[in-house]
Amino acid sequence: MKPKNQRLVLVAVAVAALIVAALLAMWGLRSQASFFFTPADLAAGKAHDGEAIRLGGMVERGSVRHLPDGVTIRFVVTDGKSATPVSYRGIVPDLFREGSGAVAEGRLQNGTFVADTILAKHDERYMPPELGNLSAEHKAGKTLEK
Amino acid sequence: MIAETGLAALWLAAGLAALQFVLMIAALRTETEVSRAMRSIAVLQGVLTLIAFAMLIIVFARSDMSVALVFENSNSAKPFIYKVAGAWGNHEGSMLMWVTILAVAGAFLGLLAHRTGERTLLAALGAQAVLALGFYAFLLFASNPFARMWPAPPDGQGLNPLLQDPGLAFHPPTLYLGYVGLSVAFSLAVGALLTGEVDSRLARAMRPWVLAAWILLTLGITAGSYWAYYELGWGGYWFWDPVENASLMPWLAATALLHSINVLAARGALKAWTMMLAVIAFSMSMVGTFLVRSGILTSVHAFAIDPQRGTFLLALLAIYVGAAFVLFAWRGAVLKEGAPFELVSRESGLVINNLILSVILGVVFVGTLYPLFVEAVSGEKLSVGAPYFNAVAGPLALLLAALVGIGPLLAWRRERRPVLKKLPIPALLGATALAITIILWPQMNMLPRVGFMIAAYLAAASLLPLIGRNPLRAPFATWGMVVAHFGIAVALLGMAANAAFTVERLAIAQPGDILSVGPWQVQLQSVVPTAGQNFTAVEAELRATRGGDIITLSPQTRYFSDPPTATNESAIRTFWNGQLYTVVGKQDVSGAWQLRLWWKPFVTLIWAGGALIALGGALALVGRRFRFSFFRRREKADWRRERYA
Repeated sequence: MKPKNQRLVLVAVAVAALIVAALLAMWGLRSQASFFFTPADLAAGKAHDGEAIRLGGMVERGSVRHLPDGVTIRFVVTDGKSATPVSYRGIVPDLFREGSGAVAEGRLQNGTFVADTILAKHDERYMPPELGNLSAEHKAGKTLEK
Repeated sequence: MIAETGLAALWLAAGLAALQFVLMIAALRTETEVSRAMRSIAVLQGVLTLIAFAMLIIVFARSDMSVALVFENSNSAKPFIYKVAGAWGNHEGSMLMWVTILAVAGAFLGLLAHRTGERTLLAALGAQAVLALGFYAFLLFASNPFARMWPAPPDGQGLNPLLQDPGLAFHPPTLYLGYVGLSVAFSLAVGALLTGEVDSRLARAMRPWVLAAWILLTLGITAGSYWAYYELGWGGYWFWDPVENASLMPWLAATALLHSINVLAARGALKAWTMMLAVIAFSMSMVGTFLVRSGILTSVHAFAIDPQRGTFLLALLAIYVGAAFVLFAWRGAVLKEGAPFELVSRESGLVINNLILSVILGVVFVGTLYPLFVEAVSGEKLSVGAPYFNAVAGPLALLLAALVGIGPLLAWRRERRPVLKKLPIPALLGATALAITIILWPQMNMLPRVGFMIAAYLAAASLLPLIGRNPLRAPFATWGMVVAHFGIAVALLGMAANAAFTVERLAIAQPGDILSVGPWQVQLQSVVPTAGQNFTAVEAELRATRGGDIITLSPQTRYFSDPPTATNESAIRTFWNGQLYTVVGKQDVSGAWQLRLWWKPFVTLIWAGGALIALGGALALVGRRFRFSFFRRREKADWRRERYA
C-alpha cells in the first residue's frame, strides 16, 4: 500500500467503526433502555406489560405485607395521585420503610409491578434524584397517607 | 493553623502553575533557556500540593471539627484508619487528592523525562500546568477543603458506613493515580502536537506513564469490583453502575493506547491515531471525574449534590477536551505519514484491537451518558442498565478475546507465514470446551457457553509467543504480554463459570433449620447481637457442611448511628473451586431470619484474572525500565533479532 492510501484506508476504517458503534448503541438503547415511571404514568397506560422499567414513589403506609415464604413482600407505591401494587422477592434494603421513597426496577405483569431490584434511600442525606420532586411534596404536607 | 497552611500551599501551587504556563509560551515563541526553571517549578508545585494534602490528613486524623469538611464527614468515634482515609472519602478531599497527583505527576515528568526533545517536554510541562490550574481554581473557588466553621461543633456527622471499609483506604487512591497518570500522556501528546515531534522517541517517553496508569486502573477496577461484591451483599461483581463505567472508560481507552503506542514506538506508524487516543484517554478520566463528582448520577457514589460544582467541572472538561481536539484538528493533518505496513501484519492486528476497543468504549460512553442527555433535552427519565451493556459490549469483548490469541503471532510490517497453522491445539481445546458444555449442560445460555470456549482456546493461544524459543530468554515485555493475555482467559473463565453455575438460595430459617445450596448444607445455629467500635449488629452463626468439610460463617447486619444507616456484611468463604457467600436479612414476625446463600463455582478467577492482567503490565514496565543483569545480554540479542526479523 502507498502511504497516502494507507492513511485513507485507516481513516475510512475508523469512520466505519464509529458508525458501527453508533448503530450498535442505537439498537441497544431502543430495545434495552428502561424508562422511569410514576404510578400515575402507569395508570395512564404509558408502559406495556413485560417492558423493563423503573417505578418510583412513596411506599404507602400500612401496605407492606409479607408472604408466607418469608422472603416475598407486597406493597403499594404511590405518588399521591395513583397507586401501583408491587411484588418483590429478596432482602429489601434497610432503609426501605413505609412512608419513605423507593425506586423499583422490574416489569409490569397484569397490573402488578414485579420488581427485580429495590433501591431505597442509601442514607438520610441521599435521595434518588428521580424522587426529588416527590419528597418536596411530601415535606410540604401533601402527605400520601389518606 | 494547620488548615490555613494547607490553603496557603494550595494558593502558592496555583500561582506556580500559572507561572509555568507563561514560561511555556515564552519558551515556544522565543528560544530562551527556561527549561531548568520550568523543571524546578514543576517539582516545587508538586511538593506544595503534597504539603496541602498532608495538612488535610492531619486535620482529619486529629478530628479537628472546626474544619467544616471534617465535621461533615468524620466523627471522633471512628477507628483511626478510617479517620485518615476519610480525608479522601468526600468530595473536596478527593478533588485535592486528584490535583495533588496531577501536580506530583508533573513534577516527575520534569525530573525524569529525558527521552523527548526539550521543546516537546517544555510544552508538555506547560500543558500539565494548565490542567492543574483549572483544578486549583475548582478547589479554591468552588470546593475549598479547608473552610472553617465557627463556633466549632462538638462532634462530626460521620462517614457513610458503606465507605467504612479497608477497601476505601486504597481503592480511590489507586484509581486516581491511574486516572491522573493518563494526564501525562495527554500533556505529552499536546506538547508533541505543538512542536510537531510525534515520533518513536515520544512514544517511548510516553509508554511507561501509560503502562503505570493502566496497571493502577486495572488494579483499581479489580479491587472495586471485589469491594462491591462483598460489601453490597448482592452477589454481583459488576453492576454497570455509571460510576463503574466512569472507571471502565479510561481503562478501555488506555488499553487501546497501550497497544497503539507500541506501534508508534517500534515502527513509527499510527502517529495521529496514537495522539488522538492519548487525548481521549485522559478526557475519559475527566468525564469520569465529572460524572462522579458533579453529583449528576443516581448512585451510591454521588455524594456531592451541588449544581454549581457540576457546571464548573463541565466547563473545565469542555475547555480542555475542546482545546485538545482543536489542536489535533489543526496540527494532526500536518504530521508526517507513518511507516507503511501490509494488510496482514502486527500493525493491522493492533489496529483491529484498537477499533474493537474503541467501539466498546463508544457504546459504554453512549449508554452511560444517554440518560443524562435525554433528561436534559426532554425531561424524560430513563436508565440504561446491565441488559444494554451485556447485549452490546459482551459479544464485542468476546470477539476481541478471540482475536487476542492471534495478534501476537503476527510479524511486524508483513506476515507471510500462515499464522493460523500455529493454532491447532488452542482451537482443539476451545472446541473440546464447547462440546463438553453442550453434552453436560444443554440448558446453558449462549454467552457463558461461548465464554468457556474462548477462555479455553485463549488460555493456550496466549502462551504461543513463548513456544519455539527458550522462555527464559524471552524479553520481559513478551512475558508481560503473555501473562496479561493469559489473565484475560482466566477472568473470562471465572465470569462464564459464575454466570453458568451459580446457585442461589433465598429463604427464611429458624435456628436449627438446614438449607441446601449447591453442594452445601447450611444450618442456622443462632442469631446473636454484637457490637463494634461505632456500630451495633446482629450476627447469624451458620454451620456449613459439604462431605467432610465443616465450616462456620458469621454474616452480620450492622446498624450505625452517625449517620443512621444499616449495612449487610456478607460472610464469604473461599475454596479452590468456588466461594460460599452468605447474607443475613431481617427477622419476620414468626422469629425466623431471612438468609440469602450463594454457591459460586470458580468466581474468584475473575479477580485473579484481573490481578494477572495487572501483573503482566508490571512485568512489561519493570522489564523496560530496569534491565536485569542476568537477562541483559540475551535480551538485547533477542530484541535485535526481533527488530530485524
